[in-house]
Amino acid sequence: MIIETIVFYVFAVVTVAAGVMVVVSRNPVHSVLFLILAFFSSAGLFVLMGAEFLAMVLIIVYVGAVAVLFLFVVMMLDINFSELRAGFFQYLPVGGVVGVILLAELILVFASGAADITLPKTVASPTPPADVVSNTEALGNILYTRYAYLFQAAGLVLLVAMIGAIVLTHRRRVGVRRQRIADQVARDPKDVIELKDVKPGEGASWKSD
Amino acid sequence: MTELANPNYLAALPEMFLAAAAAVLLMIGVFVGNRSTTALTLLSALAMAAAFIMVLVAPDERATAFGGLFVTDTFSTFMKCLVLIGASVTLIMGLGYVKREGMARFEFPVLILFASVGMLMMISANDLIALYIGLELQSLSLYILAAFRRDAVRSSEAGLKYFVLGALSSGFLLYGCSMVYGFTGATNFEAIAAAVASGGEAGAAGPIGILIGLVFIAVALAFKISAVPFHMWTPDVYEGAPTPVTAFFAAAPKIAAMALLLRVFLGPFQELVEQWEQIILFVSIASMALGALAAIGQTNIKRLMAYSSIGHVGYALVGLAAGTPEGVRGVIIYLTIYMVMSLGAFSCILAMRQKGQMVEQISDLAGLSKTNPLMAFSFAVFMFSMAGIPPLAGFFGKLYVFLAAIDAGLYGLAIVGVLTSVVGAFYYIRIVKLMYFDEPAAPLDRPIGVELSVVLAGTGIVTVLFFAYPTPVLIGAQAAAASLFP
Repeated sequence: MIIETIVFYVFAVVTVAAGVMVVVSRNPVHSVLFLILAFFSSAGLFVLMGAEFLAMVLIIVYVGAVAVLFLFVVMMLDINFSELRAGFFQYLPVGGVVGVILLAELILVFASGAADITLPKTVASPTPPADVVSNTEALGNILYTRYAYLFQAAGLVLLVAMIGAIVLTHRRRVGVRRQRIADQVARDPKDVIELKDVKPGEGASWKSD
Repeated sequence: MTELANPNYLAALPEMFLAAAAAVLLMIGVFVGNRSTTALTLLSALAMAAAFIMVLVAPDERATAFGGLFVTDTFSTFMKCLVLIGASVTLIMGLGYVKREGMARFEFPVLILFASVGMLMMISANDLIALYIGLELQSLSLYILAAFRRDAVRSSEAGLKYFVLGALSSGFLLYGCSMVYGFTGATNFEAIAAAVASGGEAGAAGPIGILIGLVFIAVALAFKISAVPFHMWTPDVYEGAPTPVTAFFAAAPKIAAMALLLRVFLGPFQELVEQWEQIILFVSIASMALGALAAIGQTNIKRLMAYSSIGHVGYALVGLAAGTPEGVRGVIIYLTIYMVMSLGAFSCILAMRQKGQMVEQISDLAGLSKTNPLMAFSFAVFMFSMAGIPPLAGFFGKLYVFLAAIDAGLYGLAIVGVLTSVVGAFYYIRIVKLMYFDEPAAPLDRPIGVELSVVLAGTGIVTVLFFAYPTPVLIGAQAAAASLFP
């Protein structure tokens, strides 16, 4: 129990610290690396909660794909990040005041007891006990049965996104030499190779017909 | 292994058919190329007609499918029919424009088909997740359609603006949904309704949490129907998007989003009527006022139609504010008539060409009565109808919503509605004056094309003769509204 608590605090502190570093570090590449660290530590938090599937998805999808994509964008596009961040200190007072007011309001609401937050006990899809059904299996069980309709519909949304990307960006380039495999296979040596009988000392001349 | 209780796939047959048809047409387009655009457009319209028949012949009583994620009832049948008519007619109307303006790419009809699938899913949504996914499928297709002329700066601008603001509203929607789920423990509409009726599980705090969620959902849906104060995107998107796409925006998605709004407010949040009624009242009055006042200064006909559509949404919301079956009946009748009128008006706008170039200025219509009397007459009919002048159809739309508002004791709302329609009449009638009493500008091209003439004649006849035989619409709307009040 005590070990679990220690691990939780280690991961939690690392997550928050990495999150802060993402925002404040000057070098955008460092920002992305800290983002990856934040993802890894939140995955650790998920494992602690017994949600191993979410942890794996977080690492595979966010670290494996999204963060690496970010890294590519940061390194390949010449974006001046310090210029983007130029107004930071200028807007800090106003933003800070708004944030403090919001915080005060939230504290007021909860302190006054108007919003006595006790969450409902019934949930749409209760999580089965982890020692009977594993997380992944439980998710798969409802994703492909009860929510099959939504699963398919989400597939349609992705298809539309793909069509959109092609419609809006794809341009057929002119003058591109493509490989035509059929033409290559159909070529016959007889049409393209000519054997010449070269007499010694004369050389060969080739004339196209 | 969890068994799916009550899959009932047949209830979603039109959606499944349309989605499959869209996928097949996409494949045909990919292999045949852009020269198949016209054929694909006609096939898409045919697929929508087939889906329309499937919607009509489906059993009328309420049925849920996919374990309660999906619902069909008389209301969904009526709204789906409207959406399918609107979408297929705009597809046909756009044929000439798409060919002339170099937009003839096969993705165009396919995207409209996918948007229609999304709209049908929205209308039949019975769960917060189903609502969100349907809405996203529709919106994503619309963003792409708005930017479809990617080489035109204004079209790209329209698409980008619509996308950024639409993503923001989706964020609001998700935030609201998560609040509602957090405080009710359910995403299913019936379960949410039960939780709201019992005051939320968490005693007094439940309703406050649910209420915050409800406000966020209302904001997102108000954005989708372009009601004030979430209307900022409408004029720019309407002006920038290619005209057939604008016509589509005005005809179909607005009706689907409105249907969704009705179902969400009258279904799971029925018990909170006193709370959301205030929101709807404000949104309705603000939309009517802005629609009437801001349209006066416009010089571009598409921008004018955008402000006009904002105003019309305000009038339709008057019926919802009443919160009674009569009010909902009024909303449904209003939407039906609005769809017919805007299809007609947009077929006129699509016919505005001078020497082969599309023109969009209102002043280009000057003297149209002398150069093309038939088109001028039908445009005048639509304008008078939108202004709400009897005995044209638009008058009856307003009549039924205002009657419902007065029955519900919302006298102030009805008075504001009548006042703003008088103000709004100014800019509609200004167009009529321009066409009939001003010196002709450069004449518009003739002929306007077979498909536009047919749509113009059909919608014109419905608008003029609605008063003679309104019974089918009235009975249909009555039954549809009744099915929302079990």
